Amino acid sequence: MSEEFSRPVAGHVPVLRLGDVLLVTLQGDLHDSTAHRLQQDLSETIARSGVGGVVIDISGVEIVDSFLGRVLAEIAAQTELLAARTVVAGMRPAVAITLVELGLTLPGLRTALTTEAAMELLAQPVVSSRSGGRREESP
Amino acid sequence: MHTAAGVEARLPIRSDMDLVWVRQHVRQAAALLGFGLVDQTKLVTAASELARNTLVHGGGGRMEAAHVTTTGGIDGLRLTFSDSGPGIVDLDRALSDGYTSGGGLGMGLGGARRLVHDFAVDSAPGSGTTVRVTSWVSRPPRPREGV
Ligand SMILES: Nc1ncnc2c1ncn2[C@@H]1O[C@H](COP(=O)(O)OP(=O)(O)OP(=O)(O)O)[C@@H](O)[C@H]1O
Ligand SMILES: [Mg+2]
Repeated sequence: MSEEFSRPVAGHVPVLRLGDVLLVTLQGDLHDSTAHRLQQDLSETIARSGVGGVVIDISGVEIVDSFLGRVLAEIAAQTELLAARTVVAGMRPAVAITLVELGLTLPGLRTALTTEAAMELLAQPVVSSRSGGRREESP
Repeated sequence: MHTAAGVEARLPIRSDMDLVWVRQHVRQAAALLGFGLVDQTKLVTAASELARNTLVHGGGGRMEAAHVTTTGGIDGLRLTFSDSGPGIVDLDRALSDGYTSGGGLGMGLGGARRLVHDFAVDSAPGSGTTVRVTSWVSRPPRPREGV
């Protein structure tokens, strides 16, 4: 990991387009304002580009507090309204354990273990009954 | 033994940039004291919640970090967040999940309490808020150590 990533990310977060999907990679420690800006930028980018999915890679994120958790949930809700799906990928186990204890279970959020798995999830056809939180495959 | 350097600090909380420094300091101090990865993550997350409350609800303030030890020799990290803001009128309500006086989720205070070992709030309307939390390093027993 490069030195740069342990520093606060003050500017903007890079958003990469891969076919029908926007790939957002969050790294290091985000300012609140950076997270807010990302939230705004993403909606505009989705509306402009008409992509069907967003993958937010948080494997490089060391903590998710209630603020960042809320931003992620709001991004997912926004993209849903813009006819796109968001998958949060790569949450670290320590982050997941902490979020549950914090009381933030983020029920509306789709997750995948890796970015690749998130891409596969988005490549699958949308399940007819729209419900944000549940797993895409039925048991 | 651990040196106080790298753990002891007094940091201002006046902007969202300061929240970043608070998180980084708590991460570093917890690692120095020997907290495991999950416990580090819990402490940093609790600190982030409390520091944001200091900033947003308390109008700014500071965090003090200190290395504490039990008589039994267990190391702990104590974090004190203080502000001279409006104070918390109804503490029980503020601690309950889902209560927010602003646009938050209302998970911060109650959640932070669950993430640390000791938690104490000193607050009165008009006289600011001090939240003090401590977590202890739980080391797995290492019978061969020092033999
Ligand atoms: N330092 C403080 N000074 C004054 N009031 C506070 C302080 N910290 C917390 N409070 C009060 O306690 C309430 C609950 O705090 P809590 O952190 O749980 O939720 P929140 O900050 O409103 O939302 P969230 O943290 O989920 O974004 C706050 O809405 C606020 O009214
Ligand atoms: Mg809060």
